[in-house]
Amino acid sequence: MHINILRSQTNTHQAYTLPEGESTLLSALVHIKATTDATLTFTVGCRASVCGTCSVRVNGREELACAYKVKDGDMVEPLHYHPVLRDLKVDKNKAKETLLNSTAWLQSFTQAALTTKDEKHTETQTDCILCDSCYSACPVYAVNPDFLGPFALTRAYRYSTDKREGDTKAIIDNIQNNGVWDCTLCGECTAVCPKGIDPKMDITMLRGMSIQEGYTDPTFATQSFGTPDFGFDPNAGF
Amino acid sequence: MIDVLIIGAGGAGLTAALSAQTAGASVLVVGKAYPTNSQTSMAQGGMNAALGNVGEDSVNAHIEDTIKSAHGLCDDGMIQKMCTDAPKTIAWLESIGVPFSRLDGGLTSDNLLQSNELSAGLTPNIKTIAQRQMGGASAKRACYAQDYTGLKILHTLYDTCLKNNIDFLDEQYLLNLVVENGTIKGATFLDIRTGEVKHINAKSVIIATGGYGAIYHGYTTNAYGSSGDGVAAVLRAGGAVSDMEFVQFHPTALKGSSILISESARGEGGYLVNTKGERFVDELKPRDVVARAIFDQFQNGQEVFLDVRHLGEEKLMKLLPQEVELCKLHEHVDPATELIPIKPVAHYSMGGIDVDSSLEVTGIKGCFAVGECSNAKVHGANRLGGNSLLEITSFGKIAGEHATQYAQSVPNHDENKYQLLQDKRYIEHLYAKEHSINFYEKKEELGKLFYDKVGIVRDNVQLCEAMETLNTIGASHQHMGISDKSPTNNTNLVDFLEFSNILQLAPTIISAAITRDESRGAHFKVGFESLDDEKFKMHILSRLDTDS
Repeated sequence: MHINILRSQTNTHQAYTLPEGESTLLSALVHIKATTDATLTFTVGCRASVCGTCSVRVNGREELACAYKVKDGDMVEPLHYHPVLRDLKVDKNKAKETLLNSTAWLQSFTQAALTTKDEKHTETQTDCILCDSCYSACPVYAVNPDFLGPFALTRAYRYSTDKREGDTKAIIDNIQNNGVWDCTLCGECTAVCPKGIDPKMDITMLRGMSIQEGYTDPTFATQSFGTPDFGFDPNAGF
Repeated sequence: MIDVLIIGAGGAGLTAALSAQTAGASVLVVGKAYPTNSQTSMAQGGMNAALGNVGEDSVNAHIEDTIKSAHGLCDDGMIQKMCTDAPKTIAWLESIGVPFSRLDGGLTSDNLLQSNELSAGLTPNIKTIAQRQMGGASAKRACYAQDYTGLKILHTLYDTCLKNNIDFLDEQYLLNLVVENGTIKGATFLDIRTGEVKHINAKSVIIATGGYGAIYHGYTTNAYGSSGDGVAAVLRAGGAVSDMEFVQFHPTALKGSSILISESARGEGGYLVNTKGERFVDELKPRDVVARAIFDQFQNGQEVFLDVRHLGEEKLMKLLPQEVELCKLHEHVDPATELIPIKPVAHYSMGGIDVDSSLEVTGIKGCFAVGECSNAKVHGANRLGGNSLLEITSFGKIAGEHATQYAQSVPNHDENKYQLLQDKRYIEHLYAKEHSINFYEKKEELGKLFYDKVGIVRDNVQLCEAMETLNTIGASHQHMGISDKSPTNNTNLVDFLEFSNILQLAPTIISAAITRDESRGAHFKVGFESLDDEKFKMHILSRLDTDS
């Protein structure tokens, strides 16, 4: 079995031979490094899909290396929109800044006795392992590198909807610029999340909360009204 | 100059950072990866605190259970402190937004807090936190967040650190502690990205670098990076390590991949069965007992399986969603309808850096250690499930406070260049050196050697054989080196440094295991099957000069 890995020094795909048999991509990478090519560079962690360290792209799709079973001919490449440090190892610092910029934390603790229903409400969102798969899959970064992006917005939603949050508005205020309205709702993030999180839905919810806080869709104002999509022209008669 | 330098960015390091900052210190957290990559994310089952939310419980019962499981090798005062602090620690985690699993029904007049609890700073909302049974516990005491407890605590701590503008420096590999006249002066690091060897000057250091389970490479639930970096650095700096022979084997790791299946699977009612379909042990006994019972089955030619089929798919998805996924992915088994093949593997290092009751490292003034890397003598010979998340969050706070106090009591000091120069020279030497032995092969060999001969059931003949083999591997270390000569992002170099740490710690485990001619908790020795308090109710300390 062969897999092809994009090497940063040559910017070409290098073919590696693997022993036959089932193997995760992470085990395959470790095997190559230990036996064939010690210069192959990637990051490893828990092997159990929970530390978020080993995400890469396989055949163009984001995968956790530890949860992906290799197939003959696989093309393995580093995450998109992250500066490549070497081979599959990328710099995640800029992506992590989105957490800081979106102030995705509990702003002001207020006492609230949560129930199982409340737990369910943010259970999936808090499964996030910060693997950056969604960030890599998000097409908005091609045009706006400062977009807060899926994982930060999911986290912002997780706190803003927590009953213990006493200052939801503070979070909502901080996700307006380069935030919820910049998303195209294409759903690429949702498609690649290894934990089944749906950032697209979370962003939609945040838009609703933003409107409740008095914000409007800034792109809405610039759209042409009266198209068949809208059914009526709010400016009619003026 | 930084007041408190924190090495390691898992749950212990992040808690210590928040605590030190609150106490007024300037803080820097450095780690070899990113904070949320750490081993804390892998803790699944829960975190103990006697809240009594599900049936009767008391802090005293928590203390008693912990002392009992430690088999005499503990500091009762430290355990008392940890268990007494537990409800407050849960209340703190609740206040920063940890999404704990909840009870139906919410607050009732039955479970409302007493006024004395309220005055102790507890808040009523902790009374809706669900609690589950773990092995060796006399009550349902473990607070949890499905089976992602560690992940969700870790990420909430990280979010809180960002909120508080804690400074992080990622991808820094600890080389050595800088110690002058037995006093800490900072530490040296390899910047993994740039390849630069640097010194970070600090008045006080907190080591929170995790355990040494990676010695059992291939036979451990731990992440690849659990190579005891901080523990080995303390040894090299003249500090002491203790109780290194006490390595906990988790009864239920997946047979093929050594991936952890949480104790909560048994806590929630899962059975252990052998090939004949018979149950053979009370599944809720402490981990050492259950692991040995499984080992006995293996000796008798039986395979062992975890059986959770009777819990039903709905309950499994609610309580153990992560486990269900991992079983399907790594073993091709659906736990709702099939048996899960398991084996016990190395899981937790009870031993580690020897610390006193303020968590200061024995032999290095101003240097503190907390979490799995440390031996604060709360787990003794066998850790209870649910006590490690408690330790990192309750003692993380204490470490931060003591390190701050210390930092505020000492003046600034000049940068000590000696260690930096030595470490630069060593790294240059590694780049220049030719090698003939592949250390990755030796790492595999060592992992298997430890699992086979320094494992669940030990005997002196095998331990001595293991020591001999280890000595041979150790002697060949000089013929090992790096093949990758890239100055930047050299993970081959990091792997080699990790393996070197493992090699440094390995003899301390075997020699202590040989010395301890008795059976106590996780250390079980054939020919000495009972406890011998007269000779061995003591901690075996190792320092580099006595071990090499």
